[in-house]
Amino acid sequence: MKRKHVLAVASVIGGAILVGCATYTAPTREETLQVVNSSFRDRGIAKLDRLKQSDTQIACSEAALTGKELPKDVSARLEKAALATVKYPADGAYLGDFKQGERIAQTGVGLQWSDTDKTVAGGNCYACHELTSQELSFGNIGPSLKGYGKLRGNSKEVVSYTWSKLWNSHAYNACSQMPRYGDANILTTAQLKDVMSLLLDPNSPVNK
Amino acid sequence: MKGNTLAALMGAALALWSIPAPAQNSTADAIARYRELLQDGNPAELVVARGEALWKEKRGPKKASLEQCDLGLGAGVVKGAYAELPRYFADTDKVMDYESRVVHCMVALQGFDPAAVTKNPFSGTGQRQTDIEALVAYVVEQSRGVPVKISQAHPQEKAAHDRGKQLFYMRAGPYDFSCASCHGVTGQRIRLQDLPNIANVKEDAERAFTTWPAYRVSQGTLRSMQWRLNDCFRQARWPEPVFGSPATVDLITFLGVNANGAKMDSPSIKR
Repeated sequence: MKRKHVLAVASVIGGAILVGCATYTAPTREETLQVVNSSFRDRGIAKLDRLKQSDTQIACSEAALTGKELPKDVSARLEKAALATVKYPADGAYLGDFKQGERIAQTGVGLQWSDTDKTVAGGNCYACHELTSQELSFGNIGPSLKGYGKLRGNSKEVVSYTWSKLWNSHAYNACSQMPRYGDANILTTAQLKDVMSLLLDPNSPVNK
Repeated sequence: MKGNTLAALMGAALALWSIPAPAQNSTADAIARYRELLQDGNPAELVVARGEALWKEKRGPKKASLEQCDLGLGAGVVKGAYAELPRYFADTDKVMDYESRVVHCMVALQGFDPAAVTKNPFSGTGQRQTDIEALVAYVVEQSRGVPVKISQAHPQEKAAHDRGKQLFYMRAGPYDFSCASCHGVTGQRIRLQDLPNIANVKEDAERAFTTWPAYRVSQGTLRSMQWRLNDCFRQARWPEPVFGSPATVDLITFLGVNANGAKMDSPSIKR
């Protein structure tokens, strides 16, 4: 009798363990990354190493997934690290040609597998920003930059901030959606100067 | 590039209805009217017809048709099958979307070489549709009006959804883009192209899931869901997703679950 009872208890426990095994556990980040890494391949200039995430990419992915903002100390640390990547022009000249800058703002090619390493990348600024009165086909993921220089002037601080923001947007907003045009080698220093002029030159269509 | 296409389209729309140029709203309205006019005739019908013939034709080393292909509702059942994919299949022990499943059937039933079948799954602009695209068009047409029902009953189906969600928010590559960079906020546009907020707004996810595959007027060709993901990743500056790979199925599962209950309306026609 007693033995039967023990057996019954044992089978209940056994059942519980079986049920326990069948319960669902969500995939961990590492498990998901394994699946992702095995699901992509090199194509042209877009190689698999692009799946290797930086600290900022990891932290900002997690924040977006969970809907929680980064802790203050983490965002401060990432912003500081981003600011440290900025290379200022060696010749001290920050401005180029705003007409070239407008072309760069209009062009969206570069760094896709449909491009080559010879493709001169654009900045695709209009994809996300309003810039001039003439161009009506602009996106709204970023703020309007119409009148950028007119509103801010071109003090040393404004010039330096704008250059840093273009070079590595994460310097001022850890999880900014804007590409790191300088840090990620998307635009050349000369191209960045042209974009600076588009934003800051009083004669640029941005400030007209 | 997308901007240029849109700009051209905008120009065409303005020329067609000679709308006074000024504000962005009227331009957006003109594009909306252009899209409305497109709905009149959809060249996808021709692709559907070719897909049906292809489905029923005895082909491949095994000289078999696809009529015994099991898309999840039993061998040979095509009606309503697309609306329930991706789903778990016991015979492969995998969650599969329609495109990876039809490749499985072409291999298992018809004896085709999987590498050859998936080498060029997408047609070039204005080119003849690939076999896979034609087979996509035929099968999705058989789900028109059928409510989306992506199962989460099997643990692998749940895992696919959860991995898909993680991938949706994963920022990577030289531009730091994730799917959510463009598809996680309401009311966002690239140039004038409205971006669905797939993760958070049910109607947006529903529209995206139920209107792909679609005939793309600007490319003169029918585009599948796998193509839609592929071209997003190209623009996001990621490497290329392998056709039908687990991560693509995961993303489609995530999107599909968010669209559950909405009625399929595909192939649609898009700019």
